[in-house]
Amino acid sequence: MEKLIILIVIILGAIALAQLIRVYELSSKLRKSGEHEINNKDNHINGLLMFVFMILSFVGFFYLMLKYGWTGRGSAASTQGEETDWLLNLNFIIILIAYFITNFLLFYFSYKYVRKPGVKAYFYPHNNKLEMIWTIVPAIVLAVIIILGLKSWTKITSPAEADAIRIELFAKQYDWTARYAGLDNELGKYDYKLTTDNNELALITSNTIDSSIAIMGKEILSLTKLLNNRDTILNDSVIVVRRNTLSVKERLFRLVTQIKENHDKKADAAVWDDIIQKDTLYLCKGENYEFNLRARDVLHSAYFPHFRIQMNAVPGMTTRMKLTPNMTTEQMRAEKNNPNFNFVLMCNKICGGAHYKMKMIVVVKDKASYKKWMAQKNKETFKMKYFPAAEETATPKDSLIIKPLI
Amino acid sequence: MASTAHEEHGHGHDHGGDHHHHEEHFVSKYIFSQDHKMIGKQFLMTAVFMGVVAMLLSILFRIQLAWPGESSDFLSFFLGEQWAPNGVLKEDMYLGLVTIHGTIMVFFLLTGGLSGTFSNILIPLQLGARDMASGFLNMLSFWFFFASSLIMLGSLFIETGPAMAGWTIYPPLSALPQSISGSGLGMTLWLISMVIFIAGSLIGSLNYIVTVLNLRTKGMTMTRMPLTIWAFFVTAILGVLSFPVLLSAALLLTMDRLAGTSFYLSDIVVGSEMLANHGGSPILYQHLFWFLGHPEVYIVLLPALGLSSEIIATNSRKPIFGYKAMIGSILAIGFLSFIVWGHHMFITGMNPFLGSVFVFTTLLIAIPSAVKVFNYITTLWRGSLVLTPAMLFAIGLVSTFISGGVTGIILADSALDIALHDTYFVVAHFHIVMGMSAVFGMFAGVYHWFPKMFGRMMNTRLGYVHFWITIIGAYGVFFPMHFVGLAGAPRRYYDSTVYNEFDQDTFAMIMDLNVIITIFAIFAALGQLLFLFNFFYSIYRGPKAPQNPWDSTTLEWTTPVEHLHGNWPGALPEVHRWPYDYSKPGSDVDFIPQNVPLAKGEEEH
Repeated sequence: MEKLIILIVIILGAIALAQLIRVYELSSKLRKSGEHEINNKDNHINGLLMFVFMILSFVGFFYLMLKYGWTGRGSAASTQGEETDWLLNLNFIIILIAYFITNFLLFYFSYKYVRKPGVKAYFYPHNNKLEMIWTIVPAIVLAVIIILGLKSWTKITSPAEADAIRIELFAKQYDWTARYAGLDNELGKYDYKLTTDNNELALITSNTIDSSIAIMGKEILSLTKLLNNRDTILNDSVIVVRRNTLSVKERLFRLVTQIKENHDKKADAAVWDDIIQKDTLYLCKGENYEFNLRARDVLHSAYFPHFRIQMNAVPGMTTRMKLTPNMTTEQMRAEKNNPNFNFVLMCNKICGGAHYKMKMIVVVKDKASYKKWMAQKNKETFKMKYFPAAEETATPKDSLIIKPLI
Repeated sequence: MASTAHEEHGHGHDHGGDHHHHEEHFVSKYIFSQDHKMIGKQFLMTAVFMGVVAMLLSILFRIQLAWPGESSDFLSFFLGEQWAPNGVLKEDMYLGLVTIHGTIMVFFLLTGGLSGTFSNILIPLQLGARDMASGFLNMLSFWFFFASSLIMLGSLFIETGPAMAGWTIYPPLSALPQSISGSGLGMTLWLISMVIFIAGSLIGSLNYIVTVLNLRTKGMTMTRMPLTIWAFFVTAILGVLSFPVLLSAALLLTMDRLAGTSFYLSDIVVGSEMLANHGGSPILYQHLFWFLGHPEVYIVLLPALGLSSEIIATNSRKPIFGYKAMIGSILAIGFLSFIVWGHHMFITGMNPFLGSVFVFTTLLIAIPSAVKVFNYITTLWRGSLVLTPAMLFAIGLVSTFISGGVTGIILADSALDIALHDTYFVVAHFHIVMGMSAVFGMFAGVYHWFPKMFGRMMNTRLGYVHFWITIIGAYGVFFPMHFVGLAGAPRRYYDSTVYNEFDQDTFAMIMDLNVIITIFAIFAALGQLLFLFNFFYSIYRGPKAPQNPWDSTTLEWTTPVEHLHGNWPGALPEVHRWPYDYSKPGSDVDFIPQNVPLAKGEEEH
């Protein structure tokens, strides 16, 4: 029914328009002037409208700026963000000056120099001096912008301090997982082929390798059985798909057995003390952080709007970014006057249907309460949570034996 | 040599003129036409249709953004139960709409519609040529374009939905059907459509380049060409150099999808399925894509700037200020556009030093752009402006070029891009500077050259109303959008309700602005109905056009109103002066066409 109404409205609108045109056509026939002859009245009205439009758009801009301004994200909650916010404001002043001057001239001239009877246009093909001026002035301004911009850029993207706390942000459709490096502040190594339900981050330890091999072996066995079973009738395309799956699995299996051969048991320790953290990311005010970013399936982007930092997570490679929070969640809540406010980590690279839901709440604590939280967390390491039965980490004695052999 | 080729060509047509009364077959005249004017019109019609579709798609997803989760009859009317059950848009289809909106707008409306239409119509007419260098290739170029349009439209109607990975179709999302439904058949159709589109655009561009270099009439030196031709010429060169790179990117992606290669894929577990691909890089795709993607911005913009140069000069009754500087800036923009692609990739994990280089080259583009803007403004200064609808749109273009250009300075600055990348600030920026400017240029071109294309005039008053609705609507949509972006809202989000979980005030602000934006978008879209009506009505019922309605100097207005194959009934016109002799001192009339010889003692500008 509603659809019908929509259609009827559209048709009626078109008919009304057609009638309007007929009336206009008749009236213009009476005036006997062609469409190409713009009369002075039309010309003046449009010139005036140009000027009015300019004023309205400027007023609209100021209204939006005063009402919404830069307030949406609050003040920058990191030292990196403080620096870029300052730069952003400076750049905004520069571009707004350029915007207002040029738009003003454009619309003002459109209004002022509208055709007047008896006034001939001024033949003015070029003026080298003027053109030099408006080549050089923008060049100088841009030089300033470039120099300041690159200074900040180099600072923000330079390698993290040696004592920076390492955290891995692991992205998959559609959630984030954080991995703290633990007491040794070293993130244990990973290999995507070791991904299992019990080891989502595919970390490399002797135990995770073994359990991967066991699981993969089982899968290959059951798939082979299925393919060789004469009692089930499969159509050709299903068989092709299954055979392909099988060959992929066998290849991955061989590669995992290679990992096992090359694995140094000594490296387990760096993994065992890592801490896997879901749902909420806890950070400490004033600490330097280095995030290592990883993606499991497609591109994601780790975007912290309040800290003003962002970096893509790319399957097959690790990307990095630095962060030094300078406000606790409590401080920001007070500033925003909103007790429910939280910092957030969002995904900012289209990653599938539920992309818009992919986020992680971020809490910045002060030093004391962060320490307390971390002390608790250090009891929930990867090993304790996922492989509590695993044998003790390799002793120094073991590593002495292995090393000369390699 | 060029001129001898001309004489022969011209001769053949004089002969053809004798049999003027023989009726051309309907098919060869209207469908498989090799006449550049007809092909131009075919491009325009196809592009207008595609533009309407893309605009409708944008209204559909704008409704979702302003009133998320609310049932809308409008949505269910167009999308049906499958994609909008109970009138609420599905998440996947939201991404599909965004993707196809972007693809159609960038490639089919603004590349095909702008460069395709106006290069075809204006290059031979303004150069004084009988037709394009190769009429057959020209026809082929349109039919490739048409076929690719059909395939792209067709992809909207398949069961798994159209491509959904954004118009940039970044892999692995676009390579893995497991990751999103649109990466199945929809993406395959997208890739096929684009491959055909690229082939067509390549053939067209080569034809434009050859025509400009070889078929200029006697006296039409390169520095006497109208700026429109300069713009089309450089655009065609950009297309020839950059589109093949997109083709290679698409080809590698197709191989990854179909042949199991690993150009863009490495170490992936999608859902619970582990892939064996190893060693590829999604970043490689981005480099290849943006090597086209950035010149593409200028493939879209330069023709619009060229058209507006011509229209502003004509309707200011003044020569364009700094003709040589305008050519210089077109060339500079064209050259620089090839070494700035990395500014789309500052935060992909690309080496920061490489980022610095791209900051430098990108900001350099602001200089020739600024020169162009100042030259336009100076052209208006002390002019005698005739505000035709075309002139209004051309001035509107300069305004949007400024407004969108200045925010580009922010985004080109890598340190500032970190926080604004992929937010609505970017969306606002490129819609104003590229979308609006190019669309305004296109409208300006249609209003200005309509009499040449169809031999009739469009309705001026309706044109005025159309312009005012469009510019108010456009700024009404994209001004507020900057503030949504400054608030940090990411683009390509199905809705912003996630904000409700951590920042309710910002959520309220984003929703306020989203409603305003959508209302302006609907307003602007309804305004386009006026244009469509005016356009189609005037083709059949508009008043007959005089030969030179705008008192213009360029050669296209020396051809008869009635189209004829070969453009000029007799010999080709000869050119004696530059195209901007408006209000020249010492002359009684305020314009001297290019084919009028210099008077005794008259100096060329």
